[in-house]
Amino acid sequence: MSNDANALKISDLRTSFFVEGNEIKAVDGVSLTIPKGKTVGIVGESGSGKSITSLSIMRLIKSPGQIKHGSIAMNGEDLLQKSEREMRKIRGNQISMIFQEPMTSLNPVYTIGEQISEVFQVHQGLSKKEGRAKAVEMLELVGIPSPKERVKQYPHELSGGMRQRVMIAIALACSPELLIADEPTTALDVTIQAQILELMKNLQQELGMSVVLITHDLGVVAETCDYVAVMYAGKIVEYADVYTLFNAPKHPYTVGLMQSLPRHDKDQEELNVIKGNVPKPDEMPAGCRFAPRCPFASEICINELPDLIETEDNNKVRCWIYSDKWDGNPEVNVADDYKTARSK
Amino acid sequence: MFVFTVRRILQTIPVLIGVTILVFLMMHLVPGDPAQVIAGEAASEQTIQQIRERLGLNDPLPMQYFNFIINALQGDLGTSIRSGQEVTSEVASRFWVTLELSFYSMILSVFIGLIAGIISAVRHYTWVDAVMMIIALFGLSMPNFWLGLMLMQYFAIDLEIFPVSGWGSPEQLVLPVIALGTAGAAIIARMTRSSMLEVIGQDYIRTARAKGVKERIVIYKHALKNAMIPVVTVIGLEFGTLLTGAVLTETVFSINGLGRFIVESIQARDFPAVQGSVLVVAVVFILVNLLVDISYRFLNKRIDLN
Repeated sequence: MSNDANALKISDLRTSFFVEGNEIKAVDGVSLTIPKGKTVGIVGESGSGKSITSLSIMRLIKSPGQIKHGSIAMNGEDLLQKSEREMRKIRGNQISMIFQEPMTSLNPVYTIGEQISEVFQVHQGLSKKEGRAKAVEMLELVGIPSPKERVKQYPHELSGGMRQRVMIAIALACSPELLIADEPTTALDVTIQAQILELMKNLQQELGMSVVLITHDLGVVAETCDYVAVMYAGKIVEYADVYTLFNAPKHPYTVGLMQSLPRHDKDQEELNVIKGNVPKPDEMPAGCRFAPRCPFASEICINELPDLIETEDNNKVRCWIYSDKWDGNPEVNVADDYKTARSK
Repeated sequence: MFVFTVRRILQTIPVLIGVTILVFLMMHLVPGDPAQVIAGEAASEQTIQQIRERLGLNDPLPMQYFNFIINALQGDLGTSIRSGQEVTSEVASRFWVTLELSFYSMILSVFIGLIAGIISAVRHYTWVDAVMMIIALFGLSMPNFWLGLMLMQYFAIDLEIFPVSGWGSPEQLVLPVIALGTAGAAIIARMTRSSMLEVIGQDYIRTARAKGVKERIVIYKHALKNAMIPVVTVIGLEFGTLLTGAVLTETVFSINGLGRFIVESIQARDFPAVQGSVLVVAVVFILVNLLVDISYRFLNKRIDLN
């Protein structure tokens, strides 16, 4: 695959937080490519490192956090080698970000017009007046009615859905190559969620950008993503295109996630859940990080950390079951056996 | 904005009425007969009666209050017992001095307080922050009269850089302004720091950074305007404290200001003078708070009186 086919290539990214002398590895060796014009979903529980991955791409990790290792290649250049000044030119211009909380992500003391206009002023050197005219255009683009009146309003005068549209307008102002959306719909109610996802999808096609969508909602992933990376405790545990992932999930964690979705086509007495919690950073298991919660875990899982293993259908999975070293039941079929294994 | 301002101004009216009633009653509830004081110890009953008649002290209280207000509105606060001069003109000349002292102290407080607070917040948990906050703690803990005496001892008596006392020339300004402004600077610095720290952690600051805005602009445009909202309240209150706190500083530096005038008037039982000057201080305090509330609205459009 030529370099030009990728909007972004993350290699072995490690981001840690240093708290009271302890190193907390929030992102621990993540490699991920974002193909041009495609949407890649990053899925995982809270604390799995998905948001830290996205902030690392933006180089917005603040002390006591630190990007320790890795490279993030974009257009043949490594973002991690860039100066703060060079990064500022990239942020909001080539790479933009939408955040989870539309209610608090806009500055309450400036009008939304001023906040959209600022992007044009910073990156395109437009005057306030020109920026304001552009802001009206952007509001129209993201489907906000009567944009001329809206530009003069303050964030508190807008609903959550409207504010997220404003955030999208800010993010897309300079037609970025890459949009990172960190749980863009989590704080919105379901009908608004659908509208926002639809809007993002349409604008992505219109502007031809690549999207990294961070979410814990598998429904959102199925609807919008081309590829999916499942993260667990700072590492990618499974990577596949969206059809493969949903048709034949490989990693016990992914299977667990899918089985914990409520089904509307079956009568369920109770919701399936993955037992236990994400391991605490200071109690990381020596072997596979999911081993303590995994119904299939055997000797090797507890002692040795598996690599990402490529399987025949272009799926990558970090699980011993798919390797030659597997010392458990050789007949195991994760997707089918999950429930029975769990109840044991 | 206009409606807001008018409504806020109208709201001060009941407060002003309340203040005038309190100031008026103060004079009448304090033990001792003003007429007796004016006439002196040895005066005859007849003289006292005449003075009573002249001051209107025989009228019923509401009538007296009404006259007091009507006169006050016309700028007549009565005649000082001590000097026999109009209280209005006596207060006016001294009020100007106190206002000047408070104003310069305020500028010093705001200037140093804001800068120290912002630096501390931006570099929080570094030694810079620690040093600044320790200095602020000292500034806050020192009584201003003590600080005034220390400054006087060191800079005026030992080093002879600044004059010991008095008011008027620029050199005479320096020590009293520092003595009076230090505590305010410390309070504003601490308030600015905590307010900035809270704002810097907000999501919209991350948004501004993600837009590619320079860190300097993130701090001074996006963070400071939000952080100023609670700081402005403190500044307003601090101005009131300065006006009254000036009493001690004025006494230490022998400045002929309103604070000292009030103290001397109280000691001399000069009731019209006390009444008049307390009224002026109270009204100024109310007006400053009015200005604070109006400036709030400029900072934060979410504030609504409804």
